[in-house]
Amino acid sequence: MNQAQIKAKIISNKRFKDNYWHLEFESGLIAMHALPGQFVNIKVNSSIDPLLRRPISIHGTKGPKVKLFYEVIGKGTQILSSRKPGELLDVIGPLGNGFDLQATSDKRQATILVAGGMGVAPLVFLAESIKLKKPLVLIGAKTKKQILCLQEFKALGCAVKIATDDGSAGFKGRVTELLGQVLRQAQGARQLAIYACGPGAMLKAVSRMACENNIDSQLSLEEHMACGIGACLGCVVSTKSGYKRVCKDGPVFSGKELTW
Amino acid sequence: MKPDLSVRIGKLDLKNPVMVASGTFGYAEEFGDFIDLKKLGAIVTKTITIKPRLGNLPPRTCETPSGMLNSIGLENPGIDKFIKEKMPFLKKLGIPVIVSIASVDDPGEFTILVKQLDRIKEVSAIELNISCPNLHKERLISQDAKDTFALVSAVRKLTEKCLITKLSPNVTSASEIALAAERAGSDAVALINTLGGMSIDVDKRTPKIGSWSGGLSGPAIRPVAVKMVWEAYNKIKIPIIGSGGIIDIQSALEFFIAGATAISVGTANFINPRASLEIISGLKEYMADNNIHNLNNLIGSLKACES
Repeated sequence: MNQAQIKAKIISNKRFKDNYWHLEFESGLIAMHALPGQFVNIKVNSSIDPLLRRPISIHGTKGPKVKLFYEVIGKGTQILSSRKPGELLDVIGPLGNGFDLQATSDKRQATILVAGGMGVAPLVFLAESIKLKKPLVLIGAKTKKQILCLQEFKALGCAVKIATDDGSAGFKGRVTELLGQVLRQAQGARQLAIYACGPGAMLKAVSRMACENNIDSQLSLEEHMACGIGACLGCVVSTKSGYKRVCKDGPVFSGKELTW
Repeated sequence: MKPDLSVRIGKLDLKNPVMVASGTFGYAEEFGDFIDLKKLGAIVTKTITIKPRLGNLPPRTCETPSGMLNSIGLENPGIDKFIKEKMPFLKKLGIPVIVSIASVDDPGEFTILVKQLDRIKEVSAIELNISCPNLHKERLISQDAKDTFALVSAVRKLTEKCLITKLSPNVTSASEIALAAERAGSDAVALINTLGGMSIDVDKRTPKIGSWSGGLSGPAIRPVAVKMVWEAYNKIKIPIIGSGGIIDIQSALEFFIAGATAISVGTANFINPRASLEIISGLKEYMADNNIHNLNNLIGSLKACES
């Protein structure tokens, strides 16, 4: 058994900036088994309002600590941000399939991570786990202020390029346009693999570009979930082999597999 | 004295009255990491149809005040694959397995499904899902007493197994339909399936789920369900399996007191996989505290308000 429902002690829950928060809770079991790309499903309070759990990707682990990086976007995350250290949090995890790290175990292979907005959260954990050759990270956001985790990626030894819609930092335009530029420059240089997490439209564009350039891509999807453990069939995405559950068969899918 | 939680649903003996509702528990294996499945009174599978079904267009669920909407559309692998791939795990559990079935185009499909399931020893009961709101039908079988009677009668001739008819709350009188199921030979009725509902994203001006509307479940529908169970209890003699927003012992007790012989935990499985087992232990405690030795003494024990 490597997933469980746990009452985990909150170690810290702090605002990073604006609506972005860092939360750490203690669970040896989740920390030990967690893989980059997996998530936890959290009951933010013990009330029936909100009723459902909130799925949040794992940002990293340290010993028995599990780190989350989340954005307050609605009632559920608002309540989560009000939870205090020492309190117990009802957590199920680690859930889903993480990124396939096979492609990163070859030294000749170059890896590109593409993050849009909060998509940085699981990709920091991924970058940490890529040992052999640190990836190139492309971070996209609307403005400079919304570029997240830049220092974390740099501290891990990753090369980072930035794209902002308004040009307030780095490349002016979408992160996928920046990816296009990087791919053109890297053409034929060596084997590439792309890992991406971000809004649906960004992931669609990344998967299309990867397919056109015959590059393997792995995309971490986000979807509203009811159960998070593969039972309700609520969070499905269309693939070449029919509907697949984002919570159980994903949240990471190969770009070649998806048909959305 | 240890409280006796056992109940009888037609020919089916349950060691305790707590089941998990169809569509909320997959094929049980999904919950194996979280609870000891052997402790459940019974498991009701996801509804099975003759042919595999892809299900409805996503998004398929959305949260609503104290509830949720779903429109899964009976996604399932079809009866043959179910028997081959899902039954082996269920057989090993050693607890009653209730297989939920539905027709898609023609009620005659029930006949084919029942004949196939009748041959499997480990299928303890068959639940006739004639109340799924997500098949885009103008009228469900369970929205008509005559149709319900005809369907249950036809199926009754084919099997000695315990038959449970799952009814819709989207009717004028659920107890009228329950009576038709009883007269046709159903061993029990399950009340209630989800209530038709809709939720709109006002920024996009689109429905929040892909097939426009869906079925509402969760604590939001509990008072509706309790009333329907109580009304049916006063009208029929066969056991009622109560469901609709049961999330803890307090909510489960309402159903027993209203007249349910057993209950099924549905949406709560999504939120707290342990909900069903917590209800079983809560029931033991409540019975011990209130000197109720046999659950049958609690069922239908509703009294009028004291004036």
